[in-house]
Amino acid sequence: MANKPRTLYDKIWDAHEVELRDDGTSILYIDRHLVHEVTSPQAFEALRMTGRKVRRPELTLAVPDHNLPTTPRVDAAGNRIPIADPMSAQQLAALEKNAPEFGIRYIDATDTTQGIVHVVGPEQGFSLPGTTIVCGDSHTASHGGLGALAFGIGTSEVEHVLATQTLLLKRSKSMEVRVDGMLSPGVSAKDLILHIIGAIGTAGGTGHVIEYRGPVFEAMSVEERLTVCNMSIEGGARAGLIAPDETVFRYLTGRPLAPKGADWDEALAYWKTLYSDAGAQFDKSVTIQASDVEPSVTWGTSPEDVVAIGGVVPDPASFTDPSKQQAAAKSLEYMGLTPGQPMQEISVENIFIGSCTNSRIEDLRAAAKVLEGRTKADNVKWAIVVPGSGLVKQMAEEEGLDAIFTSAGFEWREPGCSACLGMNPDKVPPGERCASTSNRNFVGRQGPGARTHLVSPAMAAAAAITGRLTDVRDLDR
Amino acid sequence: MDAVSSIEGNAYPFGAKNIDTDVIISAEWLKTVTREGLGKGAFESVRANPDNVFDKPEYAGSPILIAGDNFGCGSSREHAAWALLDMGIKAVIAPSFSDIFSGNAFKNGILTVELPQEQVDRLLEVAKEQSIHIDLDSQTVTTPFQDRFSFEVDPFRKHCLINGLDEVGLTLEQDSSILTFEQTRSSQMAWIGKGTENYA
Repeated sequence: MANKPRTLYDKIWDAHEVELRDDGTSILYIDRHLVHEVTSPQAFEALRMTGRKVRRPELTLAVPDHNLPTTPRVDAAGNRIPIADPMSAQQLAALEKNAPEFGIRYIDATDTTQGIVHVVGPEQGFSLPGTTIVCGDSHTASHGGLGALAFGIGTSEVEHVLATQTLLLKRSKSMEVRVDGMLSPGVSAKDLILHIIGAIGTAGGTGHVIEYRGPVFEAMSVEERLTVCNMSIEGGARAGLIAPDETVFRYLTGRPLAPKGADWDEALAYWKTLYSDAGAQFDKSVTIQASDVEPSVTWGTSPEDVVAIGGVVPDPASFTDPSKQQAAAKSLEYMGLTPGQPMQEISVENIFIGSCTNSRIEDLRAAAKVLEGRTKADNVKWAIVVPGSGLVKQMAEEEGLDAIFTSAGFEWREPGCSACLGMNPDKVPPGERCASTSNRNFVGRQGPGARTHLVSPAMAAAAAITGRLTDVRDLDR
Repeated sequence: MDAVSSIEGNAYPFGAKNIDTDVIISAEWLKTVTREGLGKGAFESVRANPDNVFDKPEYAGSPILIAGDNFGCGSSREHAAWALLDMGIKAVIAPSFSDIFSGNAFKNGILTVELPQEQVDRLLEVAKEQSIHIDLDSQTVTTPFQDRFSFEVDPFRKHCLINGLDEVGLTLEQDSSILTFEQTRSSQMAWIGKGTENYA
């Protein structure tokens, strides 16, 4: 057994299996737990009711993100501005109270290190290669970009992790998504993951953990890898992984919670063993040609409804599966689109640059590069940039990106989840369209009746300039 | 968690595929700090259509929901399971489920029954006139028309559901194994157990 080639997933799993039970369920040890205000109150309440404690408070980090308004959080005198929505305020207050009560480190909404949990984890060095990371949020898959086994859990599991630092799980199957070749100029990591989801479908990875393999991923920055792994869940996989390498080790060097001194050397030696062995078998394998990937955009209400920007709105009759035909027809009705309509003729009134998929510094740089010296089209009524964290915001301001965005007609906001799901006041009005760098184009996701087109940051910027979905390569200078 | 052994009653013949958790319960309803009361927000966008199955009086209070492929995809929100529970749903039958949703459903005592599409289609027909019976012990779904379909269920989940066991309590019984694991690791890889301690 010891010599059998193992996948990266198997290596991480094996290193965390406390016990394998007769029924095939494992007790899996959890190294890092991120907690936000939406999926945790009922878990803390259950601990209180049963008199249970948090087993390892230092392995959990609490950050508010979903409900926070992205307007200023303190007034001129430095006092906190109250949250207008009483339900949001109650949920945020619950986290602020629960975290210290259970001994958990809490990052306040006014702290520079606050941000979207999936941006904060890597940024603080809390998320590390070879660790198991969970959070009551399906986009926890993001942290797989560092070579961690990271996945979303429900609130009962949040409670289970708080109380036991473990989860009861069955080993998933493994799936290889191999990409051959390199991306063409003007094509981003977001375009690639949208293309992959379009190819495998939203249930393509169900029951599996994806490992992304190929030179394109090796050439990616950590930010790009986080974007790819983030949307693994949109392909049905609970987790996505990319083997950690020098790029990741360099990224983590000196981060506040990354190992220090002898710990670092020990960790690094271990991290270097984290790759799928030659000859390791995957249960499923898909190969994508990088040269086939173009700037991608969604036309429907499922993340698999992807088309290249040069394409047209598909005819529902073109799908072979009758239920997909029905779903596509319904999507088009909701989206207000007609078959055969060129994607580039679809006008947009709203632009959202943000979310755990695309709110890191490189995303903002990519958008700013397109926007520099340009302004949004008149038909674009609302364009906002929501940095993924206070640190991203600060870095962007130091680079002058905020000025580029505001002079292009964008609003420069405070960090949070924002219009990705509209739990805070940032919503797309009913019937209006949004070119959005987020991860889900579900019915009503960005607000009741809102119509979402998922795109990359550069493509969102391009859409802002022309007022319609646009191939960013046509704007190249 | 209440013990579950068999579920009998009417079923909502819903049948739609790829129903994501945003459809089951939209983000606006996630601001609650309790588990109760989410039933009235369930399937809001579906219910916007006056002809929807959830508001037809003949199905009101049905304990079973019959859905299409990939039910519960998308967000990890357990509110989706709580919303179903609050509607009185105790079992969902579909050709497949998202991994996170089926885990959340199980932890709330909701049985997820996977059956092949043609059997689900048959049950969608039956549900329009008759009740459906799900027996967890024998792992079968039966109808008054003599249909009898077998389904698989994870043995651990079955054991927990039938006995109404609390998973956290069960795991805490293994505390010594967890402790041994932690001790071994802290001697071999001290860095991994430090977490927020590294904030100076």
